[in-house]
Parts: sequence; structure tokens; C-alpha cells
Amino acid sequence: MGRTLAEKVWEQHVVRRAEGEPDLLYIDLHLIHEVTSPQAFDGLRMTGRTVRRPDLTIATEDHNVPTVLGPISDPVSRTQVETLRKNAAEFGIRLHPMGDAGQGVVHIIGPQFGLTQPGMTIVCGDSHTSTHGAFGAIAFGIGTSEVEHVLATQTLPAYRPKTMAIEVKGELPAGVTAKDLILAIIAKIGTGGGQGYIVEYRGEAVRKLSMEGRMTVCNMSIEAGARAGMIAPDETTFEYLRGRPHAPSGEVWDQAVEYWKTLRTDDDAEFDKVVEIDASTLTPFVTWGTNPGQGAPLGSAVPSPEQFADPVERSAAERALEYMGLAAGTPLRDIQVDTVFVGSCTNGRIEDLRAAAEILRDRKVVTRTLIVPGSMGVKKAAEEEGLHEVFKAAGAEWREAGCSMCLGMNPDTLKPGERSASTSNRNFEGRQGKGGRTHLVSPQVAAATAVTGRLTAPADL
Amino acid sequence: MDAFTTHTGRAVPLRRSNVDTDQIIPAVWLKQVSRTGFEKGLFAAWREDPSFVLNDPAYEGASILVSGPDFGTGSSREHAVWALQQYGFRVVIASRFGDIFRNNSTKMGLLPVILPEDVVERLQDAVEADPTTEITVDLVERQVRSGDLVASFEIDDYTRWRLMEGLDDIGLTLRHADAVEEYENGRQPWLPTTV
Repeated sequence: MGRTLAEKVWEQHVVRRAEGEPDLLYIDLHLIHEVTSPQAFDGLRMTGRTVRRPDLTIATEDHNVPTVLGPISDPVSRTQVETLRKNAAEFGIRLHPMGDAGQGVVHIIGPQFGLTQPGMTIVCGDSHTSTHGAFGAIAFGIGTSEVEHVLATQTLPAYRPKTMAIEVKGELPAGVTAKDLILAIIAKIGTGGGQGYIVEYRGEAVRKLSMEGRMTVCNMSIEAGARAGMIAPDETTFEYLRGRPHAPSGEVWDQAVEYWKTLRTDDDAEFDKVVEIDASTLTPFVTWGTNPGQGAPLGSAVPSPEQFADPVERSAAERALEYMGLAAGTPLRDIQVDTVFVGSCTNGRIEDLRAAAEILRDRKVVTRTLIVPGSMGVKKAAEEEGLHEVFKAAGAEWREAGCSMCLGMNPDTLKPGERSASTSNRNFEGRQGKGGRTHLVSPQVAAATAVTGRLTAPADL
Repeated sequence: MDAFTTHTGRAVPLRRSNVDTDQIIPAVWLKQVSRTGFEKGLFAAWREDPSFVLNDPAYEGASILVSGPDFGTGSSREHAVWALQQYGFRVVIASRFGDIFRNNSTKMGLLPVILPEDVVERLQDAVEADPTTEITVDLVERQVRSGDLVASFEIDDYTRWRLMEGLDDIGLTLRHADAVEEYENGRQPWLPTTV
């Protein structure tokens, strides 16, 4: 019987397999940032262990960094970043510190450098590592104990997750984005729907997505509970990679492409679960609640908890509406926001900024609007295209690269009761600042919302 | 990590679903570079509400958390596990867990126990009716017992063995250093390095 993409990549990385034990999996690339690594390095020091493959490891500063120029004012954040610098120096790991041209959000810079390639295994102490699956890699988030394990051994013991196909039928209508697609998928299967699975996104609509769009989709796999999300590599993938600093070149490139072309699910392979979704019926999608599965088409209204048959979902909806300060039946388009955030590992890439700029060109924002490029590389590219001038002319704030308001570990936060339209990935209670209320949206909806102050699709302008 | 064989203690009923790791420990607490002191951040936002169950003195000293489904979804932060353990929890019982949280728990010796939702609710009912109710979580027998309730739970043999022995994963893997080296010698020539 044929094999799925996930099975092929997994099998290629099994170092050791023994009855009744998890597979020992080789890790091709380990991404590090300041938040989830300090205790892992401490562990190495305590046990006298070292980093097995610093040459397969790369570090960046992203979660804590301020997005305005200047030093880190919070002494605790500063210590954490300084600790990463000390650890990277001690163990010989390449680091992109604040201000460096290569600095950026960990999941933006991997692909940007060409370090993320098809068929690899990639891990990071960050759940949005699933982003890299857009290239046909198995990429997943790990905790600090596992970070230490990978540093020491370049491997991880793991059971192979089950496989799920999400078949996206038809084409996305004009004005409907990768973000709308993934939000609709999460609303359909729920925040636990993907637990225990590696998801492969398939179908015509997925094939037509750019690499940026594919990364947005795979990024939020974890919000459906999936360990990883993958998309089979194709010409779009190869074109994106060609010429990047760490992509292969010359004869090795040809060898690599030949192998990468085999990284697709065989026609006779079977998935453990198949979910179908019709792309052609989708419209811009936003969240109304406090988990990413609590979403609805922008054209609809805040649901009533009574609409949910399942008692657990009903009480979750009740609680969410209370936290969000929303009344059932309110049209989503009537929801007023205080802040718009465009950025994060979900939507902080150049294509996202282009989409937002297109809407903000010759318009003015009426809310606080933060545009935070995902990396210094993205920032540079955007400025070369003049996007920063568009944002500034519209009255938006053009910031330095970092995770920023996605999780509010730096000074970019919501105040209690404030409401945002955010291109990030989590609308959890307090995620963007204690008491803050988050609506997850696409960059296009974010930009249109900045213009009206209410949740708005570009077509409404 | 500490070995886990069987544990008997009182329990806290947490009747909420999708208890994400941002609730278990908000991001502002992740700035610490040490491994201690996270108990103060456990459910920090919810604990500001005097009616939150952890503020009920009846549940003081409880060591088992009985939660609604999808406990530990979201961020990979192991700090969530540290916070629960440092607060005094040894076990979390729920019908579904976020994968990364569950994995992190077993690395640290916090036992995640999956039981059907109706059994979880029976346990919650019992500890709500009488907060002194004791629950025994027996990893050896893969059983949860409380009063006349006896429920079996599944956990793979390998993880159970590691937990019962309190074994360090890295030490186990380093026994296979030869296999790792052999694998490394056969890696594909185009795979990138960061240097």
C-alpha cells in the first residue's frame, strides 16, 4: 500500500525503532528563541552535556523584543534576551540578535533563509513550528525538556501521530484568503479536532496558495489541536526556495528537487481520517470568542449559546461572550475595535503586508494600527516596495520586527477591556494583554477594519 | 524527575473546557530564566476572581486537578507544567488534552490521565459535593479510584515505565549514540546547516 507524505518524511528520519518504544527521530533543524530555551541550557550545564549539532541549530530574539527602536526597558525581558546571548555564545550557536539584519520571528526567518526545506524534520520550543510544514516538512512545537533533549542528542523519541487529510475542494472566491480558510477549518473541526494527528492540507485551493498562504494555513494547525500540518511540495515551493541563502545550488539543487518531487502522498495511500471542506462557499471569517474554534463568517452575527447542542460548547460560548463583552445576535460587522494588529508568525510576511497596504493606500485609519513585520528581512523588503510609506500616510504605526502584540510579552499590549482585530493566531483570554479582547482576522480584514473602526471586509469599503 | 507509581489526594474541580496554556500561566510569567517560582503565576488572571475554585479554602492542599475537555491547548510552554507541579498538583484528569502539554507533562512527571467525559464529571460532582473526597490515581494498575468509582485509563507501556522509574529521557537516548552517529553519516547531501 502507498504511503502518505507524513509517513514518508517520518520514515526517512527514524534513527532507531524498537518494539514497544517510541521511534527515535532525527531532527534536521532546531530553532531556538529566548523564552523556552534558558532552562534547557541550564539543564545541559547541570549534567555536563553539550550541544550535539550547533550547526543544525539557529537562534533568534523575537518574543520579548520591543518593536520601537531602543533597548529593552523591562529588566526581566532584558535578562531573558541576555541569557540567550550568553548561551548561544557558550555553546557556539548562530544567533540573530535585536537590530541584526537577520533577526525576526523564528518561524519567519527559517523559510526566509531557505533553512526550511521539503522533507525535513524541524522543531522549536514554540507551538507555531507547524508553520514550516508548508514546505512538506514535519515540523512541530516542543517543550523545554524536549528542547534540552534535541540540543543534547539532535533526536527526539516520539510516536508517529495518526494522519489526517483535510481536502479543500473547489477554489477560494476572490477576496477570501488563506487565513479565512484556516479559521473556517478550525471552526469546523474544533480546537481538539486535530489532536493526535499530522494534518495534510490537500486539494485545488491549497495547491493554488502561495508559500506565504500555505504557511498561514500550516501555522494554525496547532489551533485545531494538530501536532503538525503539511502541504506537499511542488513548483511553488521550489520557486520560493530557489536562490535563498541556505537552499542547495548547482547539481545538489537538482538532486534535491528530484527527491522533493517524491514527497507526495501516494494515490493508494490511506489516511486515518479525512475531512472535506468546500472552499468555494467560504467568505471572510473572524472569531467572536476566546478560542480559535469560536469563529464565524464576517457576514453573520455573534451566536447565541443556545445554538450549541453540546453542553460543553454551550457553556464555553457563554463564558466567551461574557469575557468578550458581546451580546448574542450582534452582527459581527457592528463590533467596534480599539486596535488593529498586523503581524505575527501567522501573517507577518511580505505578502500579508502587501495585502494590508493595498487596502490602506490613500485611506486613513481611525484606530490605533500596528504594522509589525515578521522579520527585519520582511521589513527591508516592504520598505524597498514603499509599503512603509503607505502605512505611515494612512496613520498606521510602522514597527520593528518581533512577535509583538500576538502575545504581548513586549510593551505592545491591549489594556483591560480593549478590543483588537488581530492577524495573529490566538484569541485566548488575556493573550494580548490582561483583559484584552481579540478577534482573529486576515490582513485584509484587519486593514479594512482599521479604516472603519468596525470589523469590516475590504469589499465593504 | 520524581518517579510516579500511585498517588492519593484531594482534587479541585475545574469545570471549564479549552483551558489553554495562556490561562494556566500567562505569557508575562514566561520571562523568568529559572525553573522555579511559577506556582505564583498559575491561573494568575482567574485567581484574581475570589470565586475561582482555587481560591476556595475547601480545596487547599489538593493535588489532583479534574478539568473539562481540551486541557492544555495552545502554546508549547512547559512553564504550564512547572506551574501546576510547583503549586502542588501531581495529576491532571480530563477527557482530552493538548498534545504538546500532555507530552511536556510526561517529561516532568505530572501525570495526565484521560478518562471519558462522563467519568470526569462524576469525579467533579463528587469533589464538589465533598471537597475532602480522596481520589487514588494508580499508574501501576492504570486505574482511578474514588469511593465506589473505579475507572481504567490508557497510557502506553513505555511512557508508564519511564514515569514509574522516574527516568531521564536524555540519558536513555544517549545509550543509542552509535545509532545516531550512523544515521548522521547517511544524511542527504543537500540538507542545510546553519553555519
